[in-house]
Amino acid sequence: MGEYVLEMKEITKLFPGVVALDKVSLNVRPGTVHALMGENGAGKSTLMKCLFGIYQEDGGEIVFDGKPVKVTSSKQALEMGVSMIHQELHPIRFRPVMENIWLGRFPKTLFAVNHKAMYNKTKELFKQVDLDIDPSVLAGTLSASTLQLVEIAKAVSYNSKVIIMDEPTSSLTETEVEHLFAIINRLRSEGRSIIYISHKMEEILKISDEVSIMRDGKNVGTWPAAELTTDLIINRMVGRDLTNRFPEKTTQPSNEVVLKVENYTAASPRSFKNVNFELRRGEILGIGGLVGAQRTELVEALFGLRSVASGVVYKNGTQVKMDNVRKAKRNHLALLTEERRATGVFGILSVLENTVIANQKEYTTAGVVNNHKRYKVAQESCKQLNVKTPNLEVHMENLSGGNQQKVLIARWLLTNPDILILDEPTRGIDVGAKYEIYTIMLDLVARGKSVIMISSEMPELLGMSDRIMVMCEGRVTGFLNDKENFSQVEVMRLATQFGQQQAEVQA
Amino acid sequence: MTSEKVISRKSFSIAIILIGLVIAAVGIVMQVLPHEGLYDLPILLIMIGAIVALFGLRQFFGSKKLGSGISFSGKSVLQFVADKAIILALLVLVVVICFLQPSFMQVRVVFDILTQSSPKLVIALGICFSLIIAGTDLSAGRMVGLSAVIATSMLQTADYGNRFFPDMPQLSIIIPIVAAIFACMLFGLLNGFLVAQFGMHPFIATLAVQTIVYGVCSLYFDMAPNNSQPIGGVRPDFTAIGQTKFFVVPKVFNGVSILIPIAAVICFVIWFILNKTTFGKNVYAIGGNKEAAVVSGVNVYATILFVFIIGSLLYGFGGILEAARTAGATNQYGLGYETDAIAACVVGGVSMTGGVGKISGIITGVLIFTVIQYGLQFVGISPMWQQVIKGIIIAAAVAIDLSKYKKK
Repeated sequence: MGEYVLEMKEITKLFPGVVALDKVSLNVRPGTVHALMGENGAGKSTLMKCLFGIYQEDGGEIVFDGKPVKVTSSKQALEMGVSMIHQELHPIRFRPVMENIWLGRFPKTLFAVNHKAMYNKTKELFKQVDLDIDPSVLAGTLSASTLQLVEIAKAVSYNSKVIIMDEPTSSLTETEVEHLFAIINRLRSEGRSIIYISHKMEEILKISDEVSIMRDGKNVGTWPAAELTTDLIINRMVGRDLTNRFPEKTTQPSNEVVLKVENYTAASPRSFKNVNFELRRGEILGIGGLVGAQRTELVEALFGLRSVASGVVYKNGTQVKMDNVRKAKRNHLALLTEERRATGVFGILSVLENTVIANQKEYTTAGVVNNHKRYKVAQESCKQLNVKTPNLEVHMENLSGGNQQKVLIARWLLTNPDILILDEPTRGIDVGAKYEIYTIMLDLVARGKSVIMISSEMPELLGMSDRIMVMCEGRVTGFLNDKENFSQVEVMRLATQFGQQQAEVQA
Repeated sequence: MTSEKVISRKSFSIAIILIGLVIAAVGIVMQVLPHEGLYDLPILLIMIGAIVALFGLRQFFGSKKLGSGISFSGKSVLQFVADKAIILALLVLVVVICFLQPSFMQVRVVFDILTQSSPKLVIALGICFSLIIAGTDLSAGRMVGLSAVIATSMLQTADYGNRFFPDMPQLSIIIPIVAAIFACMLFGLLNGFLVAQFGMHPFIATLAVQTIVYGVCSLYFDMAPNNSQPIGGVRPDFTAIGQTKFFVVPKVFNGVSILIPIAAVICFVIWFILNKTTFGKNVYAIGGNKEAAVVSGVNVYATILFVFIIGSLLYGFGGILEAARTAGATNQYGLGYETDAIAACVVGGVSMTGGVGKISGIITGVLIFTVIQYGLQFVGISPMWQQVIKGIIIAAAVAIDLSKYKKK
């Protein structure tokens, strides 16, 4: 074997009308973690899909283990020694975990699947990666983060020389990330290589040996991770200096309370309990907490998507009941959901339809849809939010994540909300688009609207919020009111409060 | 990049108009000259020429909306062929049939095909709503039967020997028709309720309702004194709804059936509902991503109810047309209509996974099946072979349609 286990040489990939990859090269050494970075749409995923046989490159060469190869299917890639953890998980929910792992290569005796062997193999595999799950439990009963770890175990089970991890930590908690890093370290010491795609700078700097950066379908370069800093990476990713990750906030929230929530308790016993908070005009209220803190459940209940057992909500001082989305909209609330794909985007509908769906009634004259008006409004608001799309007739699924998110924000801004609730608004979105979304938020509060923002990204939570409410296991554990002195330590302390208490009790 | 040639839409449309005019001119010349053995080919040519020219005119005046340039390249031609594969195949089939049996080239044949398509089209338009929300409606056919039986049972002539209601006075024609359609809508409501309230899969919900409808219809049909006798002696003012013909010239022209304008009006109404009302937009949204529709504040419950109610209204109306056309009814009316309607929709590009479907596609789908049936009958191919060919068409059409969406 040469110096590299994998060499991708001048890979070019064309899509109708776009050069997705323009002579991109990537060289991965054995036994290293190689980070691949770039804004959304920079071509990272496309490059990996060429390696994994999902796309076929239009030019260039892939050399794996010293031999030139032509990867035409994922099956071939797996057999060759490349496995991939996909960004989006698609477990078969009603089948056991072990069948999800060994699908397509079930252990067999003669023609029958050997369930016992499969069970034992899975058990062994889980032991290797420190997972304590019963292999026969149904995949659908596991949480998203556990499934992510199962997916990682599955990639390990192929015994691949190269493992591609595409945003593996997007749904993991901090402890689980540590767990993942331990697994990665073990794999590395076994001489395997990992191609690690992530937007999270801190992770990249911590775990990777080398970093390759891409921009607009081209190579920017490869550097040892030790030589890089967050600012340097961002700088090279966007090709310009981003001195400020957050735009300057010029306005102050007023004292007028627009939303008051009292003793808010979910109908589901394991969800949020006794939540009390106030939201003021022109304020950005951040909600911090770990996965499982029930933050999403709380805002979805406020928006009428989940049922509530008790509690009162006051909007501008009057009590309101919002037990479905239409009532919430009538009270001028808007919610940008966490799961963009599952609950936000209409993939096969046009950008136009996606933009106007939440306030269609506004574009009707005597019950008849006025297409001209819809088009004009959608065009205007997409332009305002700087949505990059060839035209409004394009199917939504063809837009990048950041642009989809901007369309969804446009959709909700068109409903003219007083209170915009954003649930992880910048998850999986590139740095440039993030900045634009922050600007939109500040513009809103400057115009006297209010924003509630759930964020698991600490810098974003600290950088954007006027106040921070922290939740832990369904309860509000504290508020951080002093914007000048927000502390990450304090948020983490509040976010893990009950876990620690329990740990102390147990000890 | 393949070589590409961009032509302005103006010159493209003028070319199309000229082609249309030339075809029409050829037709006129042939009409003037003796043309024995060619049947109505000249008149058909004039009609085709006129349609092509009209299409060109639309391109000419619609250039603002459609974009000002058209690019021609190997790729766009391939794309065009894939898009229109079904229609192109149909044209080839028609030409072949015309060679085998020149008497196929008659204006009468064209109107026969349109007439036969009309009731089917009404059913297909009813079912398309449930298909677009990624569901289906198996109860369509049985509702056709229910509506036919109810309407005819109250619309028999006073002197008919075997009346369903021997003592019933001669009702205004409106009442039985409304009653029949209303009965269907009740079951449509039940369909929608089962789907919306319990989240039942439409396949199961409508399967259950289909069975109930057939049972109810048979019970009604079996009431004394009728005792499951086919209903006859239907009043002529009712059969007029299905049998009236306009522009009849004895021995020259068979006339245009009233069914054709009826179907055309319904097409327009349904097109309007799907494209110009928020309800229609919501139907597409629910088919595209139901969860996202809920979050966007679409009233999913009500929309699903209406989807099935509108469907049942159209099935009911389809039953009226069938009963009027055939001047009678039994509880077996409408058997299997739902599968034909689903097939026509799917061949016309309506996606079973939801969110996709156009009226023009559905019309094409229905026409394709009628042309095949009529044409194959015309050249004397056995009904058994017709079934085989029909099946192949469904599979091939959907395969071609799906390949459009495949990305590589």
